[in-house]
Amino acid sequence: MSKPIFEARDVSVTFNVGRGRNKSQVHALKKVSLDVNEGEIVGLVGESGSGKSTLARVAIGLQKQNSGELFYAGQALPKVRTLEDRRKMQMIFQDPYSSLDPRMSVKQAIFELLDTHNVLPKEKRLDRCKELLSLVKLPESLLDSRPYAMSGGQRQRVAIARALSLNPQFLIADEAVSALDVSVQASIINLLSDLRDSLKLSILFISHDLAIVRLLCDRVNVINLGEIVESSPTLSLFDNPQHAYTRQLISAVPKLDAIVRNAN
Amino acid sequence: MSTSLSLRPNILSRLRGFRVNNFRLYLGIFIIFVVVAMAVLASHLTKFDPISQDLLNTLQGGTAEHFLGTDNLGRDVWSRLLYGGRTDLFLASIAVLAPFVIGTVVGAICGYFSGWVDTLVMRIADVVVAFPFYVLVISLVFILGNGVGSIFIAISLVSWVAYARIVRAETMIVRSKEFIEAAQTGGISNQKIITRHVLPNVITQAIVYAMSDIVLNIGVIVTLSYFGLGIVPPTPDWGRMIAEGQQFLAGGYYALTILPALAVVITSLGLSFIGDGLAVALRVKR
Repeated sequence: MSKPIFEARDVSVTFNVGRGRNKSQVHALKKVSLDVNEGEIVGLVGESGSGKSTLARVAIGLQKQNSGELFYAGQALPKVRTLEDRRKMQMIFQDPYSSLDPRMSVKQAIFELLDTHNVLPKEKRLDRCKELLSLVKLPESLLDSRPYAMSGGQRQRVAIARALSLNPQFLIADEAVSALDVSVQASIINLLSDLRDSLKLSILFISHDLAIVRLLCDRVNVINLGEIVESSPTLSLFDNPQHAYTRQLISAVPKLDAIVRNAN
Repeated sequence: MSTSLSLRPNILSRLRGFRVNNFRLYLGIFIIFVVVAMAVLASHLTKFDPISQDLLNTLQGGTAEHFLGTDNLGRDVWSRLLYGGRTDLFLASIAVLAPFVIGTVVGAICGYFSGWVDTLVMRIADVVVAFPFYVLVISLVFILGNGVGSIFIAISLVSWVAYARIVRAETMIVRSKEFIEAAQTGGISNQKIITRHVLPNVITQAIVYAMSDIVLNIGVIVTLSYFGLGIVPPTPDWGRMIAEGQQFLAGGYYALTILPALAVVITSLGLSFIGDGLAVALRVKR
């Protein structure tokens, strides 16, 4: 059994909403624990507002948890991340139309990260860019393109290339394909799967699309109202769901036989 | 499609906005170029001193000597228009710089960090906006005393607010984009995020506003000197020319008032055209 690369232990997040007499608290995450092993793709599914994205934001350090701890390869992650912590894990965002600066070319976006972390001498940066583009299967001719000249799928590949530029071992994909066309979704999923094999990446794949999760993930966590209600290997989750909410989610997926039945 | 676009030389793609038929921008640049050239080359375009009086030749219409005539003190109108433009344009332009810089920086910081600093600064801005612009500027100049310096300070104190508000609103829009979060997760410092990702995406609005702000400043300077504040009398200036010409309107000497007024209108029109044109040219494709 391989070692866990990322662990969350009893993570809770509470948001204060409203002011004065209307003040109340929303418990976005209630003592959530989750782990991702080396080379594993772990799914996190749940409906809107279930806390999926909050968990992703806590994991990457965009949101501070109220209690609980995060570990990377057995070491606790501090609440204020250092550059070194940042290099360990990166995130792919949901909307490729908003996750790239419209004024920056592909090359500039990648150079910016490389320079911030000072990981490569200046003359090697361009080679690294080309390497990254070929990794995400984009032509080198896109190096100087700005986002408006690219399709959604191409933009998401650029976002992946940027996330990979610092050689992270762990990627968080927050609804990374849900803004894309179905055919493009498939190609991005294949890419993530290939990258897992070639770079030994671990991925936390957050989605509301059960079909994609079934295809891509080794294990699946089901989250509902801020709590993880079920965590099991993908096959057993779909064949033999234990929790009522999981069964509800799975039965909500439209099936072909239902359409056939209606047609008759 | 996308590859053919990307193969286009970079410099051309940067100038794309300027190549499409942006007639207003060209017209505005042309007008302002002519006006500025006339103001800068004033000494070559007239042989008369704008402040030297010729009391034997007052209130003359266009003659071969003074082709726009002379005013009540026998000063050449054409010469005063040119030198007046020098005063007004220079002051209006430098009075835009300080508010532009202060307002943009304050607005970007407030919009990016929000929190109590933002609340405090925006309440101060609300207080400034609560007073009518002219009332505030006129009282400030009155307090600070006449002179170019006090006009500059008065305008700066009041008009940074507009830039701060525009840039803050734009910053809050940009801040909600995922590329800001992507930069944060990449470990890029807040200072660099503001200068590299936020400002380039919001500065357009401030630049466009700056063009109309120069117009506003010309209006302020002209109005102030019309009221006898700000620019001190012998210095030629369009506002004072309008004010001094006014008393001779009834006598049929329309040109004394209308010519400087026309100069204000044409300059303002040119700057507005540039502002509109820039808004189109600097629009970034998403």
